[in-house]
Amino acid sequence: MTSRNVLAAAVLALSASSLWAQAVKVEDAWVRGTVAAQKASGAFMRLTPEKDARLVAASSPVAGVVEIHEMAMENDVMKMRQIPGLDLAAGRTLELKPGGYHVMLMELKGQLKGGDVVPITLVFEDAAKKRFTQDIKAPVTALGGGNAPMKHDHGGMKH
Amino acid sequence: MRLGFASPPLSSLSGRAAGLGRRQWSAWAMALALSGMLAACDRPAGGDAGTSGRPVAGVFKGIDVTGATYGKGFALTDMRGQPRTLDDFKGKVVMLYFGFVQCPDVCPTALTRASEVLRLLGTEDAGKVQVVFVTVDPERDTPELLQHYMAAFDTRFLALHGNAEQTEATAREFRVFYQKVSTGSTYTMDHTALSYLFDPQGRLRVVLRHEQSAADYAADIAALLRGV
Repeated sequence: MTSRNVLAAAVLALSASSLWAQAVKVEDAWVRGTVAAQKASGAFMRLTPEKDARLVAASSPVAGVVEIHEMAMENDVMKMRQIPGLDLAAGRTLELKPGGYHVMLMELKGQLKGGDVVPITLVFEDAAKKRFTQDIKAPVTALGGGNAPMKHDHGGMKH
Repeated sequence: MRLGFASPPLSSLSGRAAGLGRRQWSAWAMALALSGMLAACDRPAGGDAGTSGRPVAGVFKGIDVTGATYGKGFALTDMRGQPRTLDDFKGKVVMLYFGFVQCPDVCPTALTRASEVLRLLGTEDAGKVQVVFVTVDPERDTPELLQHYMAAFDTRFLALHGNAEQTEATAREFRVFYQKVSTGSTYTMDHTALSYLFDPQGRLRVVLRHEQSAADYAADIAALLRGV
């Protein structure tokens, strides 16, 4: 009885206290914009975990399905595949960028326009295989606007 | 199915070289030398002139496929339902790319680069270039979607589509590999990510790789416009 109470208290303390939560630094997140009838796009970002972790899933209110993908060029043929997870080494930055990994947003519920902000929940697993999440907001770079996060919100900026 | 492009067979080159003038002779000689080099490498690596697929004389930044017996042209439908062939663009350099709209990475990068290429060329030269995008995913890429997608990059870009047989025939003509692959809950298209340049006479001349820069693309297009 007592040990169960202690365990329960410990679990409560662990889940309630942000001091115990693993943190992954997410920088320069951006989502590539779409045209109206387009059903899929990608999110890119830089991830630096405090401790070893693995990005295992993601979700977003703008997309019916979200997966982690890897793009690889093989003999000049582009191949994109869903991967079950992305290993992140403690203190090292992994970049999800065009030409490599991305979070794929599919079954989009609407157009992603330049200047929109997309909430994404990233799901990680720590070294003990325990899951923790992190919410980010990724600004949309309009389709045709290049391969980088828009530095300033000009809303309707033309090139 | 063959991947990417292949060097033209030597037998066809020597046969056709017989009745050509001096200028074309040197082009054939260059292509012959290049075929010999390319036959030795199975995967071009960057940087090293001997294995990167660059022509010996260094005329093009991309791969010189002058004299290719494939890639003669295309006959597809544009976003407005009009039939288009390569002949429609005689007098212009055509840059042809195969891709699909649901592609989050390579295709938008290639099309953004194409916009940059037109900018680098300057207004006058850019007016003599036609960018053509052929979808390998006609199932999802409807004419309306293609029209909006092209406009997001540049309203001068032209997207073409066909039914499954026409798409297959066009890809085969260019030795482009594409394949529908299930991924998670939907599908993606593996596809050759090379760009094909036709000279103003409608002949396939240069193949550029995805890793190459806008400056490389612009240099080769400018060379073709000058009559190289």
